[in-house]
Amino acid sequence: MMGLDIAFWILAVVSVAAALAVVLMRDVFRAALFLVLCFFTVAGIYITLSADFLAGAQVLIYVGAIGVLIIFAIMLTRESRKGSPSGRLRLPALLIGLLFLVTMVFVVANTDWHVVEEVTTEPTTKAIAESMFSEDGFVLAFEIAAALLLAAIIGAIVLVREK
Amino acid sequence: MTVGLEHFLILSAVLFAIGLYGVLAKRNAVVILMSIEIMLSAVNIAMVAFSRYGQFITGQVFVIFIMVVAAAEVAVGLALIIAIYRSRKTVDAEKFDLMKW
Repeated sequence: MMGLDIAFWILAVVSVAAALAVVLMRDVFRAALFLVLCFFTVAGIYITLSADFLAGAQVLIYVGAIGVLIIFAIMLTRESRKGSPSGRLRLPALLIGLLFLVTMVFVVANTDWHVVEEVTTEPTTKAIAESMFSEDGFVLAFEIAAALLLAAIIGAIVLVREK
Repeated sequence: MTVGLEHFLILSAVLFAIGLYGVLAKRNAVVILMSIEIMLSAVNIAMVAFSRYGQFITGQVFVIFIMVVAAAEVAVGLALIIAIYRSRKTVDAEKFDLMKW
């Protein structure tokens, strides 16, 4: 258990630092690289939560697909010497973020969670598949997700197509 | 102190607050989209933590669906930003006024 705790603390500190770097960096490209680091550490956090399938999916989808897509978009829309400055709403945004954080920490600390402490070390892939495709599972949602992805791909192509 | 459900939930809240700040304060539209991705990851962490400490798998199934929606959202969002950049030569969110009148 000790190893998992240490891993959690390291991953938590790195992911929060990377997320802060994303919103504070002036250089957009560096911010995107820190976003990829943040996605990697989130995959590590999934592993400490014994969600092996999701950790793999996180690396494939977020780091592989979304990270590359965002870096491509930055290269296509590079503004010379502008970077990523903060807007006029900087102070209100800081206030709202802090207010949200304080509220959430208060709620989490004051709720009596019913937790199961024992760790399951079995692979979760089979359990996820059974939950998704069983009789009263998420088959309809799965099909709708497929249609959504198709619609998003066609929409993206139509939007960026040259006239 | 052993790590429990509360730690994961507070980590999730911290990441969500950082993403919220980024969405509200940043002017570059691509950075706003990146902050939205941080917020979605934060929600996913909370889902997986509940799934682990409640011993039900539905939380992880939901995370898969959130990942699908996030991928679709980032594809359409970046396509929109590139289309606006072509006509406006800027990705500054405060200069997007195409739908104002």
